[in-house]
Amino acid sequence: MENLYKEYDDLLPKSILDEIKEKVPSSISQTRLKKILEASHKEWNESRVDPGECVGLVSAESIGEPGTQMTLNTFHFAGVAEMNVTMGLPRIIEILDGRSHISTPMMEIYLKKSHSKGTDIRKIAQSVKESRLKDILSGISINVAENTISLELNNEGMKELDLIPSKVAAILGKSIKGWNIKNERESITLKARSKDESINEIYKMKEKIKEIYVGGVKGINQVLPVKRDDEFVILTFGTNLKEILKLDFVDHSRLRTNDIHEIRNVLGIEAARQAIINEVYKVIENQGLNVDIRHIMLVADTMCTTGNIKGITRYGVVSDKSSVLARASFETPVKHIISASLSGEIDPLKSVVENVMINQQVPIGTGVIKLMMQSKKELKSSDKKD
Amino acid sequence: MAEKKKKQKKEGTEETSEAPEQESSDNVVAPPVSPEEMLGEDLAAEGEKKEETSEAPKKSKIDVSDQIYAYKRVDTIGFGMFSPKLVKKMASAKIVTPELYDKEGYPVDGGLMDIRLGVIDPGLKCKTCGSKLKECPGHFGYIELARPIIHIKYIPLIYSILKSTCRECGRVLVPKNKIGKFVSLLAQTAEEEGESAKRKKISSVVSEMKSINKCPWCRARQQKIILEKPTTFMENDRRLTPIDIRTRLEKIPDDDCALFGINSKIARPEWAVLTVLAIPPVTMRPSITLESGERSEDDLTHKLGDIVRINQRLFENINAGAPEIIIEDLWDLLQYHVTTFFDNNVAQLPPARHRSGQPLKTITERIKSKEGRIRYNLAGKRTNFSARTVISPDPRLEIDEVGVPETVAMKLTVPELVTPWNMAYLRRYLEKGPASYPGANYIVRPDGKKKKITDETKEQIIEEIQPGYSVERHLLDGDVAIFNRQPSLHRMSMMCHRVKVLPFNTFRLSPAVCAPYNADFDGDEMNLHIPQTEEARAEAEILMEVETQLISPRYGLSIIGCVQDSISGNYVLTKLLNFTRDDAISLLFDCGITDFSSLPRKASVSGKEIFSATLPNDFSFEGTTLSGEKVIIKEGKLIEGYMDKNNLGEGSGLLLRNMHKRYGARETIRILGNIFKLGTKVLQRFGLSVPISDTDLPEDARMRIREILDKADKDAADLVVQYREGHLEAFPGRSVAETLELRILELLNKARNETGKVVVEHCDKNTSTLIMALSGARGNLLNLAQMAACVGQQAMRGKRIEKGYTDTTLSVFKKNDLSPEARGFIRAGFKSGLTPAEFFFMGMTGRDSLMDTALRTPKSGYLYRRLANAMQDLKVEYDYTVRDSGRNIIQFMFGEDGVDVSRSENGRINIQRIIDSVK
Repeated sequence: MENLYKEYDDLLPKSILDEIKEKVPSSISQTRLKKILEASHKEWNESRVDPGECVGLVSAESIGEPGTQMTLNTFHFAGVAEMNVTMGLPRIIEILDGRSHISTPMMEIYLKKSHSKGTDIRKIAQSVKESRLKDILSGISINVAENTISLELNNEGMKELDLIPSKVAAILGKSIKGWNIKNERESITLKARSKDESINEIYKMKEKIKEIYVGGVKGINQVLPVKRDDEFVILTFGTNLKEILKLDFVDHSRLRTNDIHEIRNVLGIEAARQAIINEVYKVIENQGLNVDIRHIMLVADTMCTTGNIKGITRYGVVSDKSSVLARASFETPVKHIISASLSGEIDPLKSVVENVMINQQVPIGTGVIKLMMQSKKELKSSDKKD
Repeated sequence: MAEKKKKQKKEGTEETSEAPEQESSDNVVAPPVSPEEMLGEDLAAEGEKKEETSEAPKKSKIDVSDQIYAYKRVDTIGFGMFSPKLVKKMASAKIVTPELYDKEGYPVDGGLMDIRLGVIDPGLKCKTCGSKLKECPGHFGYIELARPIIHIKYIPLIYSILKSTCRECGRVLVPKNKIGKFVSLLAQTAEEEGESAKRKKISSVVSEMKSINKCPWCRARQQKIILEKPTTFMENDRRLTPIDIRTRLEKIPDDDCALFGINSKIARPEWAVLTVLAIPPVTMRPSITLESGERSEDDLTHKLGDIVRINQRLFENINAGAPEIIIEDLWDLLQYHVTTFFDNNVAQLPPARHRSGQPLKTITERIKSKEGRIRYNLAGKRTNFSARTVISPDPRLEIDEVGVPETVAMKLTVPELVTPWNMAYLRRYLEKGPASYPGANYIVRPDGKKKKITDETKEQIIEEIQPGYSVERHLLDGDVAIFNRQPSLHRMSMMCHRVKVLPFNTFRLSPAVCAPYNADFDGDEMNLHIPQTEEARAEAEILMEVETQLISPRYGLSIIGCVQDSISGNYVLTKLLNFTRDDAISLLFDCGITDFSSLPRKASVSGKEIFSATLPNDFSFEGTTLSGEKVIIKEGKLIEGYMDKNNLGEGSGLLLRNMHKRYGARETIRILGNIFKLGTKVLQRFGLSVPISDTDLPEDARMRIREILDKADKDAADLVVQYREGHLEAFPGRSVAETLELRILELLNKARNETGKVVVEHCDKNTSTLIMALSGARGNLLNLAQMAACVGQQAMRGKRIEKGYTDTTLSVFKKNDLSPEARGFIRAGFKSGLTPAEFFFMGMTGRDSLMDTALRTPKSGYLYRRLANAMQDLKVEYDYTVRDSGRNIIQFMFGEDGVDVSRSENGRINIQRIIDSVK
């Protein structure tokens, strides 16, 4: 039986073969299985795309056409305490633009079994969140007479971050130069080393101190523990895939982020391609539209073939076209013609628009076939010559 | 010596067949080699052959079929810069005077309308090529500029070159050992990442060189160069004149040019500073004669006039030894005119204007943007043999038919080649002439000359006609036509239909094809195109026929299905109705079904049995209805369940998909057409209209609805009190106020849904409204509930309404009133009527959604354009890989399994069916 499957390894795509393996009853006879495989192969062969088919345009149509039916606004999930995520058309545009800064970066952090039951979920969540000094302060004041800034620390806040005053002082010492730091149990006093610091400078320093990073994961601005089925999940606003992956209580296999560029940088282009597919498909499904995943795959593949994520914009995919006229027909035509004139580019006229422009057959679909038939008359006249 | 602007397409045509050869001696546009020369031999052979074999009259030596062959193909188009030498070489006239015409209105020699540059007046002959109007392609001229002028489009290039080459020796500011490294780096990136990456690399290389301030070749100290936009270069407060710049650019060796991405075989940097200016041919800037007999010149001619005039003045002043200031002023003015001649939209310059104050459209404006040459004229094609009018529905038409008004059918024609066998047939149309319906409008002689048929010429034409001629006859029933509705968002927006000539003035189509066209009949117009050649007709029939478009390539389900009446009709039929056998036969016959053998022989026939008569005898299917009930069709009999949108509608269910798989497109369309007609015919007999009483509710139902809404009001008030007193607990990650909003919203939605449930419970299931809602034909239960009971919360951006006055929505409410009615909850149903405040809130959300649509359309349109543009040349190769026009592999197999979605079943291959079918 295994041999039979092996035989069809090259004949059938993996997804179909897997489906057959799964659906066929285990008690199946060898001959029937062979028949099934044969029939499947025949069916698959009949359903294949024809050579020459302009799959790119069909995919573009399939995504562009339902675009008019998508909502523009980001809807809040009424009643449910979930996060707001950009959805609908703006999200699709954002993904396909290949933007490196998306409007709502988000992560879903699943936890390992031992942590996902809900005990001290708040503490875990808090430890993931990026904390700044102001989060653990209960007061900050300037003493004008002595040119000092005194900080009063918040015990509870520090506990959540596993901090003690001396540690805080050490962090401060690292990031501030030119100030003396004195640590007295629950408060820290800073004094400028140079005598004549103006009030203005001190005030500025106070504001700066508030924003000093003291713990958690950088880039995670907000956390929200949520119960899903029977485990707790941490939703975050802001992403930092690299750092979160390092945490030991995180279930790495189910970690999610919606920042495609980050995925590209941490996990590589194949992961990014899959992320584009997932994200676009999620939006389309969410809108109740039906678009086949193959179309999205093709878009994702065009964006990722170079190894970097290229947006569907005049700076991305379109600028890589080999044809000057194809580029010029999209946007900024003069720019492209000028740069082509310098390097003496030669347009090979191999794609669609240029041939439309010069009234020639387009090399796609029925236009790829270069077969010519000799008419009867010609045949006869050439016979005569011989 | 200087250069000229970018080459336009024109030039491409010259160079095409051979490799782009820059210095080809005559760049004057030569009349294209006439195909006749190449034809000569074939024609002769053709003629001879004819004499031998056919008994056709020997008069016509030319066979029309020969004219269709394409003998030449543009292979490549090269781009490059014009050198001053080339400009002079290709010019046919030197322009020396700004005057256009002499007193008699004849073009002045050496003027801008010189007839050596081509002719635009009927009757004149071109002095260069000797051809007349419309034959002469036009020829370039040139003017000698008194002082060099910088080409505005090459400013960024000049700037970066000046900054990164030595001011003394002209070498790149890169040490000898590094040049090779840079060059190979550029070549490598071009190969690995494409041209655009190379362009980026170039700019990064250049920026690296900018910081070097000592020439590694001659040790000369470098000065800082600043560009004062738009066209002035400053070197340490000293102005660099275009002459200085040109001398510097001249010094740069060819090898160093490569670092700036300049191919020195094609272009030299100094050509970016013009010493001669090519004058475009007059055919490119024709003047128009106004009714008054006055001539109105093209914008470009105006601009060129300015250039020539200032240039002459500059010459005179230089020769007269005028003071430097005057010369410089004129020079700047000339620079301004040349700049605006190329681009009238330069940021720092005031655009040149007509006397009326409207800006001139110069070269860049002509090329650029949607209305520019490239997107409007080159990539956008127009066509003859097309018609456009309002559409209206006709359910009696077949799905692949289109009803064409007779008036249109008499204007649109189909050419038919005359052969010995169809002469009698075609003569019939000729006799009818152009004015009575199945007639003909033109005949085409074998030499391509068209002749109009009129009542006077009719007899003579009938005499003249013989094989080799073709007759352009009126449109007939059964001709192929391509039918289209804009926006053409997918390929189903253009489908091939069969013509059916009908009276009246609209195009008629079956409502079943409304879905793919996204058409309705509130005044929509559609276009009809008639393919004119056999090739076009064949492609239209094989690739674009409605039946071939049945399965959408977007999701692999039928996109054509029953709509509206045909759904509710079939629903009523299969669920509720019984007919006498006689009535049943009459009904089926009305739908064009003549085989009644499957109808049981008994007095009363059920609707299911009537429906089954439309199905093939061996068709079996299992599916579900909208509400999830089972539908079983066994051997052509509907055994269980009933028909609704889930089975018959477009884009849902697998009934039509399975039929397509089993019986093919043609048969599916036929069956679907029958089912469609059956539905509408049933409704004609049954009657379906919506009375207001459909929304009537018994007293106790109204009581319950009131209770539900009262309770919701109270609950909301309680929540508000809790919130005010500070007892409300916030959701994680939300403020208390947000939590209150969310909870009220949830509560009100629940209340509205409950009222909906009450309505459904108390409604008669067989009212027209419910039939429509339950069958999926139109409307839903929510619509009914909104009419009968309660409209519900009006939400803007997912929130209750908050806008209006300070702290309140309308002046009738107290400030900070958070109660449902003050925040857009509409308690009333549409039947009982809305209060003024409620009506206003509804108006708000109505406008909001209008705005949403208005903003969305251009956004999604742009996304679509970008996608289409980026992916239009991806195609499947013979090895089944998906590649782009540069032959780069995008996918090894389309969608990982190579399956064409329009051949799949909702994107899948049905393995289960295969397993079940193999025994």
